[in-house]
Amino acid sequence: MPSLSHYLVLSAILFSIGTAGVFVRRNLITILLSIEIMLNAVNLSFVAFGRALGTADGQIIVFFVMTVAAAEAAVGLAIVIGLFRHRESLNPDMFTSLKW
Amino acid sequence: MVAFALVMISFYLLGSVAVIASILVIAQRNPIYSVLLLIASFGALSGLYVLLDAPFAAAIQIIVYAGAIMVLFLFVVMLLNAPHEDTEHDLRVHPLMRVGPMGFGVVLSLVLVAELVVALSAGREPGSFSGGSTSSVAAIGRALFTEYQFAFEVTSILILVAMVGAVVLAKKESR
Repeated sequence: MPSLSHYLVLSAILFSIGTAGVFVRRNLITILLSIEIMLNAVNLSFVAFGRALGTADGQIIVFFVMTVAAAEAAVGLAIVIGLFRHRESLNPDMFTSLKW
Repeated sequence: MVAFALVMISFYLLGSVAVIASILVIAQRNPIYSVLLLIASFGALSGLYVLLDAPFAAAIQIIVYAGAIMVLFLFVVMLLNAPHEDTEHDLRVHPLMRVGPMGFGVVLSLVLVAELVVALSAGREPGSFSGGSTSSVAAIGRALFTEYQFAFEVTSILILVAMVGAVVLAKKESR
């Protein structure tokens, strides 16, 4: 049987892949997808901890994380549409008007 | 004994599918392929939730994440009609192979993996999961509507605010 550490290491690897995606990619939609990967890595560790403690609380937290992820995706994609309408680009380097 | 080995094999199978699909998500030039690969990764994660004796999480992973959120992403990718990443200076350079601050990001995330693995293996091994599962869907529903009722109701307000905000943000400006 895989132990708790197996699941936590898998979750750490997935989280780091998401982090690398945010750093490396220059495309707003791919950056949002990387954030989704990170949220899912955290969900996996929540469920693994909940299983290890023998409670259902892990799955309840996953439910709330997914709700927040849905709200984040809706607002984030609306912002992406608005930005694309202004600059005809998805490259975050194009949106530097607020840079000093 | 055979059942234990089967669980172990499926853990490694589903885990490698999730990791490989996630790596390919950030390695794709075309966001449509990224979204589809992320759905594959979510499917593998749902299988892992089944292995963790969490059927509720597995079901909403497929229904809400793969079914609703990813379709939203797919809609926006197709709507914007800008499928390829802007690599105005060099089209041949792969997005993951560029130098500069992006290479620093890759190094940073590799260090993060190494640190987490060391930290997790240095701690006390919790061993295999013990005890029976208490994660029936009925128990989750009962906890959600009694113990976590306030958070549940606040969540509905969050969804409402996000909905209104998305409509306002994506609306065409009328001057």
